Amino acid sequence: MDKKIKIGWFSFSCCEDNTVILTEIMNDHWQDWKKIFEFRHARVLKSENILDELDIAFIEGAIASEWHAERLKEIRGKSKKLVAVGACAVVGMPAGQRNYFSAEQKQEIEFLVARFSALPKVQKVRDVVNVDAEIPGCPIEPSVFLTAVDSLVRELKAGAA
Amino acid sequence: MHTFDLKLDELTKVEGSAQLEVKVKDGKVERVEFKITEFKRFFTKALEGKPIIALPQLLARICGTCSNAHILASIEAAEHALQIEPTEQTKILRDLTMDGLIIRDHALHLYMFVMPDLVQKDAFLDFDENIPFENQMLHDAFEIKAAGNHLATLVAGRSVHAQYPVVGGFNHFPDEKGTREVIQKLEAARPAVLRLIEVFSKCPFSFDRKTHFMALVPKDKYGFIDGKIISSEGEAIEEDDYRDHLERVVLPYSQASAYKHERGSYMVGALSRMNLAKELLHSNTKKSLSKILESFSSTDIFKTNLAQAIEILHCLDHALEVLKTNKFRPEEIIKKSARDAVGVGVVEAPRGTLYHMYKLESNGTVKSGEVIVPTGQNQINIEEDIYEMVERLLPAMTQDQIQFEIEKLIRAYDPCMSCAAHFLKVNWS
Repeated sequence: MDKKIKIGWFSFSCCEDNTVILTEIMNDHWQDWKKIFEFRHARVLKSENILDELDIAFIEGAIASEWHAERLKEIRGKSKKLVAVGACAVVGMPAGQRNYFSAEQKQEIEFLVARFSALPKVQKVRDVVNVDAEIPGCPIEPSVFLTAVDSLVRELKAGAA
Repeated sequence: MHTFDLKLDELTKVEGSAQLEVKVKDGKVERVEFKITEFKRFFTKALEGKPIIALPQLLARICGTCSNAHILASIEAAEHALQIEPTEQTKILRDLTMDGLIIRDHALHLYMFVMPDLVQKDAFLDFDENIPFENQMLHDAFEIKAAGNHLATLVAGRSVHAQYPVVGGFNHFPDEKGTREVIQKLEAARPAVLRLIEVFSKCPFSFDRKTHFMALVPKDKYGFIDGKIISSEGEAIEEDDYRDHLERVVLPYSQASAYKHERGSYMVGALSRMNLAKELLHSNTKKSLSKILESFSSTDIFKTNLAQAIEILHCLDHALEVLKTNKFRPEEIIKKSARDAVGVGVVEAPRGTLYHMYKLESNGTVKSGEVIVPTGQNQINIEEDIYEMVERLLPAMTQDQIQFEIEKLIRAYDPCMSCAAHFLKVNWS
């Protein structure tokens, strides 16, 4: 049997709509996925999460703190492919809507941004690390996600051959 | 005597990001902090100055899994501000939207988050297809979730961030072919739902501590959109008066606002609804479950899981009846002129009572608003439960065992951190 493809699914600042879509796509694909994927790091699916060598890291959400940025860089360093998933990861919105607040609105939220050491400006994934693929949408369209996954799997298998 | 600091940096198999700190000294719990660590996205600041009809889609983005509940609460608040009375067909389609959400969301929680604890595996996808029970649960889970997803897609366009429900009505209507297909899928999934209820009726998890319950309860049916806010002490609060009854509490270590009711902490969610309204469940649900329903009312937090399983059956039975007895026709969206007004929308989201309130201006934009979510309301109750549970477990259990029990307890609340963390402070004037 082929070696399973190691998947990581990581959520940063967002509504996690794409996580829900992922679990909905599983309705039709769980039997195939159990055979070909190993979910090595997916907080929403399991407790024993390992961040070592991933084949594909899916990133949903925008980057809102230094800790987020450091964590994302660590994931990038340990992943063959890194895919930004959904609008907040790809364009930084709507998670980053405070970037576009008026001066007065920014002043009103400043104490909360400071209390939790959030970044002055919310960033999209590509602002912080190199990205191999982007799947836009709020939420993602399942068929687009599946096409992107198929293509990544083919690429990884070709590389391993 | 136990002395330790238990720190869970990342709670798993829950929606969103949270941490927990428990400090134990000489066999006594000194501190419990349930920290919601999602970063704020400031939706209640972002809504200022936006057209009121744009808010349902904006505020859906507070939370993916609860998005359709936010859309319905937002539409209701906007319609109350605009004095729009929805048509009977619109009300029916909204009920069906909620049915689809409850089926999908509760199934996700029960199978993918809770069930691994029951069979002592780390993940639902680790279930073994060669073990008959686990194989059955795998097939059941995805069949039920898919049925809920299809219902939501037929009626609301999507199960996440639905596009069809809007202020004043719906912009798309179920066709006959799609309706027939969904009826088939719901009927096919019913035996799986009964198996799920059976599993959770026999679940040995238990933690009993007296608390207060609150839920929006309709007058004549078990539902999620209309009614009064009822408490276990017998209060009946009108939706518009909710601000007089909830007290906001700042927990400086959490990104979310917490809430108390007049008597202190309280609980919202499926257990509250079942305790306060089980007589109103669909007749077919009651017929199938007469013995099991005797478990309620209950102060055992783990009965939330059973209550959720029962709600899946109720929503399935309700949706089946409605889809079989109604034909849907295109209707015009109702529009009204803007005015200076306050609109309140209250619905029962899967995890409990969800409040939206907007101050509308005569130019059609919103001056300010607030959103109160279920997990914020449950936050203090969760901490108090953990405190009590750890005290009870301390003499007999190791730190690792206690940690596992705490995680199970938190999962029973089905907390949603995405919802809880994304608001600015509420001004209680």
